[in-house]
Amino acid sequence: MKISAGKPDIKAILAYRGLDGCGRKIWTERLGEITPSEVEWALSRKPGYYVLDRLMILVSHAAENHLEQMAQLAHQLTLQRFGKTIRLYAPLYLSNFCVNDCVYCGFNRSHNFPRIRLTIEQALAEADIIAKEGFKDLLLVSSEDRDFISIDYLCELAAKLRPKFSSISVEIYQMTTEEYAKLFAAGIEGVTLYQETYDRDTYSKYHLSGPKAYYDYRLSAPDAIAQAGMREIGISALLGLSDWRLETLALAEHAHYLMKRYWQSHISFSFPRLRPAKDVDRTQFSLLSDKNLVQMILALRLCFADAGLTISTREPAELRDQLVKMGITKMSAGSKTNPGGYSKTTGSVEQFEIDDKRTPAQIAAMLKSQGLEPVWKDWDTAFNQP
Amino acid sequence: MDELVIANRRFTSRLLIGTGKFSSSSVMAEAIEAAGAEIVTVALRRVDITNRNDDMLAAIDRSKYLLLPNTSGARTADEAVRLSRLARAATGINWVKLEVTPDPYYLLPDPVETLKAAEVLVKDGFVVLPYINADPILSKRLQDIGTATVMPLASPIGSNQGLKTRAAIEIIIEQANVPVVVDAGLGLPSHAAEAMEIGADAVLVNTAIATAAEPVKMAEAFKLAVVAGRTAFLSGAAAETKRASASSPLTGFLRND
Repeated sequence: MKISAGKPDIKAILAYRGLDGCGRKIWTERLGEITPSEVEWALSRKPGYYVLDRLMILVSHAAENHLEQMAQLAHQLTLQRFGKTIRLYAPLYLSNFCVNDCVYCGFNRSHNFPRIRLTIEQALAEADIIAKEGFKDLLLVSSEDRDFISIDYLCELAAKLRPKFSSISVEIYQMTTEEYAKLFAAGIEGVTLYQETYDRDTYSKYHLSGPKAYYDYRLSAPDAIAQAGMREIGISALLGLSDWRLETLALAEHAHYLMKRYWQSHISFSFPRLRPAKDVDRTQFSLLSDKNLVQMILALRLCFADAGLTISTREPAELRDQLVKMGITKMSAGSKTNPGGYSKTTGSVEQFEIDDKRTPAQIAAMLKSQGLEPVWKDWDTAFNQP
Repeated sequence: MDELVIANRRFTSRLLIGTGKFSSSSVMAEAIEAAGAEIVTVALRRVDITNRNDDMLAAIDRSKYLLLPNTSGARTADEAVRLSRLARAATGINWVKLEVTPDPYYLLPDPVETLKAAEVLVKDGFVVLPYINADPILSKRLQDIGTATVMPLASPIGSNQGLKTRAAIEIIIEQANVPVVVDAGLGLPSHAAEAMEIGADAVLVNTAIATAAEPVKMAEAFKLAVVAGRTAFLSGAAAETKRASASSPLTGFLRND
């Protein structure tokens, strides 16, 4: 199916490919039938270009025996496209009030704990601490708390953060194109928003109520983000909700669709594995092993030479130290996932526990010891002058 | 003396260096030195141009090198112009390597926006070195506006593919009234030599040096290749023919009588 022909949207593409869950059985069978010689064929192709069938081979069980070769190719490709550098960023959590009931999330509205939302002044105090650590790249994070963390709040905060940060992006509840455009005009240039899972049944199972409970609406978010002119769009699935191999295929189709349709926005992938969180029972999830995670990262890099690949402090230090040479281009450091966590004034509940607890300076030193330059600034607020 | 002259400024080196992708600012500084470069371009997005102590800026000795700010990341003429003015206000440097690349994947230059931005910047007193696709007519249009050079790409930036646009670059060189700096895609010293052999006035290299296992050594290799290519160009290369032509003819003893 050609995307240009009649321009089907991502919903139609996923349905056509059977990647929204309707073709789960067929895909699982196909993945299981991949042979070592098919993997060798896939690895002999020029790396960096996306073809669904090739990605399918790279995420197959058979490809697990070729991870070293995949890693070498991914490293070479990333080195060529991004150089010996890793971008660093920090998240700033603004609120843990939430109207959604997402089974896996520590901020689930049904959980009973004292909620915190930062005033603009409190948020700026947090940002000051982050800036002093050297960060120029800030990610504002909030649960779905529209009443308090409103568009106006975000625009006002962004305006006040601009003198200190060269890049501001958000990972926040879904908005309309018009709302995203307001954020963009205020100097916010990137949005990260995960579909969580591309499998419809799984989506319903884990999103019980609230505005986020609607799969199709969620799926349309990156279109709205791109239409608002945002430069960076971060997408992913929350890893552990559904079969990661199928999620990777759907995610890649989504990225490919966005790249074709909105050619001026840069797409990046994140790899959020489910983490322990307060009052969340993890036994119900299909958690990914380190090997699975590595395979997913490598497979996507080998299909998307220029996509940003982000790994957060969710992951353990030892693993992150290895991943920086396998295609990763951006990482967080010293993160706090609770509002007020940097100034420790609130003692509030975290969205999830982080694993890599090293300071930003320690992360920078680790990168240098591996021959990589920690890049704190790779953007300038002068690009989007309000 | 064979000098490169851009906007009345004289340079002996014909190798310009980009500063991205290095493993550290100190490696970058050593590579620039080994390349014998005199013009060093830095992305305004990457440095804090208002801060002299910025790690990367501090590593570039401004008394030895001309710091050439570039507008990498700009998607429109407006953004490129705004960034250029910001850099000039902060540093006093009125040279700019104009890059307008709205496609974040191949980073190919937008001819329409580049032309627009060049018009504004030249009028505003900037010395403009525009990064362009290898388009001879666009080159002419930019020269008409008054850009100091044209910088056609050899192949997509960072791709190391070499001189894929050779036929078009030959036309640009033939018709140019300003220095032609071949920029982007030169992956090996031999690519740089090839560009110089066909008459380019200079080349700009970044990825091939920065991502080499030994960037400093590679910088030197590029330096030598550029000198070799330039010297060959000045020497008047012998014509290429299909047939063999022996340097000591076998039938030379036969007289024509």
